[in-house]
Amino acid sequence: MSKPHIIIIGAGFTGVATAHDLALRGCDVTVIERGDICNGTSGRTHGLLHSGGRYAVKDKESAVECIEENMILRRIVPQVIEPNGGLFIAIEESDLSYAEQFIESCEECGIQIDELTPQQALKLEPNINPNLLSAFIIPDGTFDPLRLALAFAGTAKHNGARFRTFTEVEGLLTDGQGNVNGVKVLDRAANRLLELRADVVVNATGAWAGQITGMAGLDAPVQPTPGIMVAYDQRLVQRAVNRLNVPGDGDIVLPQRRMVVVGTTSFDAENVDYIPVTEDQVKLMLERGSELIPGIRNTKPRGIYMATRPLVGGGSGRSIARTFKCFDHKETHGIDGLVTITGGKATTLRIMAEKTADVVCAKLGIDMSCVTKETPLLSYRQYYTIPN
Amino acid sequence: MSEKWTITLRTYRQKEGEAPRYDDFTLDVDPDEYVLDAVERVWAFHDRSLCFRHACHHSTCGACGMRVNGVEKLTCITILRDVTQNGATLKVEPLRNFPVVSDLAVDMGDFYKKNEMVDARAVLPVIEAEIEHPSSAWNPNDAQYIRLSDCLECGMCISACPVAATTSEYLGPAPLAAAQDRGIRRNPELLNIVDSEDGLWRCHSAFECTAVCPSFVDPGRRIMDLRKQVIGAKLGQLFGK
Repeated sequence: MSKPHIIIIGAGFTGVATAHDLALRGCDVTVIERGDICNGTSGRTHGLLHSGGRYAVKDKESAVECIEENMILRRIVPQVIEPNGGLFIAIEESDLSYAEQFIESCEECGIQIDELTPQQALKLEPNINPNLLSAFIIPDGTFDPLRLALAFAGTAKHNGARFRTFTEVEGLLTDGQGNVNGVKVLDRAANRLLELRADVVVNATGAWAGQITGMAGLDAPVQPTPGIMVAYDQRLVQRAVNRLNVPGDGDIVLPQRRMVVVGTTSFDAENVDYIPVTEDQVKLMLERGSELIPGIRNTKPRGIYMATRPLVGGGSGRSIARTFKCFDHKETHGIDGLVTITGGKATTLRIMAEKTADVVCAKLGIDMSCVTKETPLLSYRQYYTIPN
Repeated sequence: MSEKWTITLRTYRQKEGEAPRYDDFTLDVDPDEYVLDAVERVWAFHDRSLCFRHACHHSTCGACGMRVNGVEKLTCITILRDVTQNGATLKVEPLRNFPVVSDLAVDMGDFYKKNEMVDARAVLPVIEAEIEHPSSAWNPNDAQYIRLSDCLECGMCISACPVAATTSEYLGPAPLAAAQDRGIRRNPELLNIVDSEDGLWRCHSAFECTAVCPSFVDPGRRIMDLRKQVIGAKLGQLFGK
């Protein structure tokens, strides 16, 4: 019997992690990506390997997911991670009043948390605001966005998955009864239209998920929510520095190579192919970021950009829980052959892939369990060195 | 960011089996935007068939290296104001010395193979990162921290290298710099890889690699240092050390 063929649309974090998982479960996998790998939201993440601290108070489900996945990624893909931890610092009295529920929530979620005196915190990170009132240390980390995706994709390729980049989906193929059994694509490098058949098509297009579900006549399951990031040209800290308070604009500073990145904001948008940067948001990042790290004022911006989160759950803005959603459209709309995975965050890419692969395998009667937790990823360079 | 310029983006185009050409796109831009923004806008609003590589938009991934008016630039951090002017034509082309996949996108396979061959470090202890910035003064705790290596593997050094232009077999600046970083003494298996026909003796010391590196790796200097390491190792072998 030949292997079932799964087409995954999208080579962002969710797509590559799902390709990795399904390849390990014996599926024949083809990933379709309209640009190059990781060109959308995933590439533009600030690169925080969440400990869950940012979600602990308001969204325990997300926080627990984060700390579990954080520890797994440290194990399976250390090649792309700066595992240096993170600080939450209080600058104003109002931050201090958040401390008690923050400690309690972190402990409830299994996030290791230690309190530091301002002096201890300044010894660890001499460039943080010297007027801080209190600090907590938690197991945050940072990662290289592209290399994280490449490591999953390269390992998937090693296990037989194929990647068709610069290939855009133009339509879904159906069996005449509305069930999806393939995709019509434009190979943009060759300027050629192709039809590719599949047993299941997985829509892993994140903030663009609505474009694919729209091809099946279904509503968008996601609200695209862009936010700004500003990278400054000096590595002023070795670990993520968060504002101790309810998550808000510009409340996190992350080290990356010789830079720090300050993020972010949150607003709704519809067409997210190109979101221009606005000057007021750049100013806001400088103001808010320098409250955490005053030295940012003596640096120069190196890269300013917008990244669009795929938020799920209805409504808009920060109040939406950052969990992900996986839909088998047979269950939700009576359309077989199409699965949509969206929402979530970079830190949870592996578990999002696990749940999606579970759905796909259940549909096809494949009795193989997920082994990605225990499978170290190969070198991210394999993605480029293994021929398609 | 209220200033507006009109520029013409003269863009290299090549599809499979077709001859290369240049397409001109007239764009209204903010001069403080990046070259990559202009390229992305061509794709978003003018011509959906344009292929190019990009991911992080802040010089951490190395995907968006291109030649801008003939010079290798990481386009996500190259501000339009620094490379062109209002009313001017700005030429964007793919990196040299790589096979073109389509338009501005090139195939990195061979380059990554060479980086893998020397086992280039992806992460390293912060204190081994040779940071020259004096303002982020070191403190003793830094010894415990790990960071991503500076080399983004963007391939711009290969594109600029006059020796790489003569043979695709040459290891090239980034892989040689990675070998220097790992050190011959600590990793003697590297000796035969770099001390070879296509290894470090091919370098002509043009230092074009160092000139275009967007990430402070300084491959030219590192290749010179690697030569010292190799000579030291070979002298050592000669005298049985």
